[in-house]
Amino acid sequence: MAIRSRGVVPRGRSGCTGKTAAMTDFLEMRAISKTFPGVRALNHVDLRVRRGEVHALAGENGAGKSTLMKIMTGVSRADPGGTILIEGQPVDIGDPVHARQLGISIIYQELSVVENLTVAENLFLAREPVGRSGLIDTRRMNRDAGTILDMLEMDIPATAPVARLSIGQKQMIEIAKAISYNSKIIVMDEPTAALSQHETLTLLRIVRTLRERNVGIVYITHRLDEIFEIADRVTILRDGTTIDSLPIASVTRDLLVRKMVDRELSQLYGTHESYATETVVLAAAGLTLRHPTPHGAKVRDVSFALHQGEVLGFFGLIGAGRTEIMEMIFGIRPCQGEIHIGGELVQIRSPADAIAHGIGFVTEDRKSQGLVLGMTVRENFSLTHLEEYSPLQFIDRAAEGARCRAFVATLGIKTPTIEQRAVNLSGGNQQKVVIAKWVARRPRILIVDEPTRGIDIGAKAEVHALLARLAREGIGIIVISSDLPEVLAISDRVAVVKEGRISGILTRADASQERVMQAATG
Amino acid sequence: MSGETHAGASAAARQAGRRAGWRAVLRIRELNVLSALLVVGALISVATPYFLTTDNLMGVFRSFSLVAIMSIGMVMVIITGGIDLSVGSVMGLSSLTTAIGFANGLPTALCVAGGLLVGLVFGLFNGLLVTRIHLPPFIATLGSLSIGRGLMYIVTHGVPLTPDTPDVFAIFGQGYVGVVPVPVVIMLVMMVVFSIIMRRTRFGRHVYATGGNETAARLSGVKTNRIKLLVYMLSGVIAAVAGVISFSRYLSAEPASGFGAELDVIAAAAIGGASLSGGVGSVEGAIIGAALAGIISNGVVLMNINTYAQQAITGAVILIAVSLDMWRSRSGGD
Repeated sequence: MAIRSRGVVPRGRSGCTGKTAAMTDFLEMRAISKTFPGVRALNHVDLRVRRGEVHALAGENGAGKSTLMKIMTGVSRADPGGTILIEGQPVDIGDPVHARQLGISIIYQELSVVENLTVAENLFLAREPVGRSGLIDTRRMNRDAGTILDMLEMDIPATAPVARLSIGQKQMIEIAKAISYNSKIIVMDEPTAALSQHETLTLLRIVRTLRERNVGIVYITHRLDEIFEIADRVTILRDGTTIDSLPIASVTRDLLVRKMVDRELSQLYGTHESYATETVVLAAAGLTLRHPTPHGAKVRDVSFALHQGEVLGFFGLIGAGRTEIMEMIFGIRPCQGEIHIGGELVQIRSPADAIAHGIGFVTEDRKSQGLVLGMTVRENFSLTHLEEYSPLQFIDRAAEGARCRAFVATLGIKTPTIEQRAVNLSGGNQQKVVIAKWVARRPRILIVDEPTRGIDIGAKAEVHALLARLAREGIGIIVISSDLPEVLAISDRVAVVKEGRISGILTRADASQERVMQAATG
Repeated sequence: MSGETHAGASAAARQAGRRAGWRAVLRIRELNVLSALLVVGALISVATPYFLTTDNLMGVFRSFSLVAIMSIGMVMVIITGGIDLSVGSVMGLSSLTTAIGFANGLPTALCVAGGLLVGLVFGLFNGLLVTRIHLPPFIATLGSLSIGRGLMYIVTHGVPLTPDTPDVFAIFGQGYVGVVPVPVVIMLVMMVVFSIIMRRTRFGRHVYATGGNETAARLSGVKTNRIKLLVYMLSGVIAAVAGVISFSRYLSAEPASGFGAELDVIAAAAIGGASLSGGVGSVEGAIIGAALAGIISNGVVLMNINTYAQQAITGAVILIAVSLDMWRSRSGGD
């Protein structure tokens, strides 16, 4: 169907049977569940999307929005028991191509344009119009592409190389492509995250154009302002369940935030004890990122202090710049500003410098940054402090193995032997190996980025207990987490990061879910 | 936990550790290529009895020893995830530099040192291109390959250089220790030394970590750029060692000396289990790989097979060995 529709420009409302059809649900997802090992990502979620509406999907990081969209667009499959209906007919969406044939397209945050091709070549990729000669009919392709771009009021020449376009324009190309596939529903996942203010306005204008052309938009954003600006309806997800689905006119900002975050904390987390002292172990003053990446946060003027024995939480939306701040402190990204450790001004130019000053960094991505997966538990464990076992280059394997076994025992790392390769461990145990390799160095400061992402609830609690124990031993700990209840439960103070700056540092007593969320989004 | 159960548990753990150690021995990748070496050797010795004579075997050993020596440097570079295409040129250029030293009447030690210095300089150059300019290793060392070869033609005008040399110098290439040729002795000593370095030292561990996951290694405090710089320098010096031995053997520096050797050297490392994506490989494996290629070409000659077929046969062996290795590591679940 997609093949036959090549080059065909949808004729707006004439594509369906007028107003009445537009008022019924085009897509209905009923009782959708999705279980990953140890985690129930979605639990009987319902979602109904009409054509010609902008339907916002709101929820915290990890509420299940992305998982739901993956199921809608055929990237992953729901557990048995749920139903997906399109125009009232049950469908079984097998893969993304099938979803597109059914009229559902998605614009990802990471764009999938081919940089070296022109706009038109991108729009007609893998379905190029072919002339009688058997060669690509470039003139027709450019003309058809121009028609689509004009219809969407996009001011981009069809023959322009995509590499020269801005991120916003590349995104428009993706939208134009979705339209050229005759999509009835387009999912936009954080479409404005990487856009400038001007580009954001253009995008919102195009979203309105699409709505007028009877396309349904599922709009995922962390920016509450945008929801109120553009959406007709909002569905709120929390912890993998549908909390509510309301017309935007009947929702206030406060109500929306409350519905997004409200939760019984006491059930999830135990009591909190603070081991923070008055001694400052790490002080950052005016840290500014030297070379922000085009998509990344422009981190500037970040100042904070971390005390001995303190757990300082860093909360912020994805892309706010939390990880970049830690990467500056750890010498991964060059920055301006001052870093004091134990009261002394230090120069940190590389991770090796940071480590020498007593900093440890449990990175967000265990597999790509934390572990050498092909190496054994023992080899991964000792990589941060190998010189302790090899003062003159030769490694004392007995000492290395003994220390590693001791850590495996104390942290309860489940592995048959320390000679097991890291790749064969479960996520929670891999995370414990990463923590072990830093703790074995006896750091003064331990930075922990998303320590419990993707690990099961039991392992989560163990990681939390471990962090508390390390704080009691006098290590200053920074915990980055997108899981708001987690941050609130384990932190002595919470620093909130918004658009590359610290928008507030709240004490434990002041840090309610609503206040932190307001500081992160408002 | 009571003391008794703890003791029992740790005894069980020790036993499990021993079992895992034993499995690790069986799992050694070199075992593949070692058994291939033995099988091919047995086949050739059945076909031609002359193969297993001391004279022939020592000749075979000596003929593959240069490739084997260079494969030691190459496999370290490959384990970091890189490649060194310049080894053939470096070998030739260091052979030529040594010859120039003798032609100018310099003492033997200085001539040899000059030859080795060429390797060090080329290795440093390659390493800096890779770690400072961030050129892909393939491109960086391809450039050095051409520069090195070009320098040789410029200096020699295409004519071999055959200076007078003191008799003592010929020992490196032509001497024997008992029945074993000196180049083979050098190869074996270097194999043992570098095998220990790779398995037992911090440097060796860091080489594997850099190739296994460079980001994770760097974030753990490994100075990955320094490690990469060092392996290119080692590869250059080791190729220069081969160059000096080669000049000592023929006492003539040919402009084409070492031409194309990089492919044999890479093949040896790959047959020996090194993964071109990094993190995997061993010095012993590379030596065995070179040996396998060496006895195949010897067997082809002894069995009177068309020598033109030799290259094709070697190529087929590379493909079979590496395919088997990949199939085994996939089906082995790790």
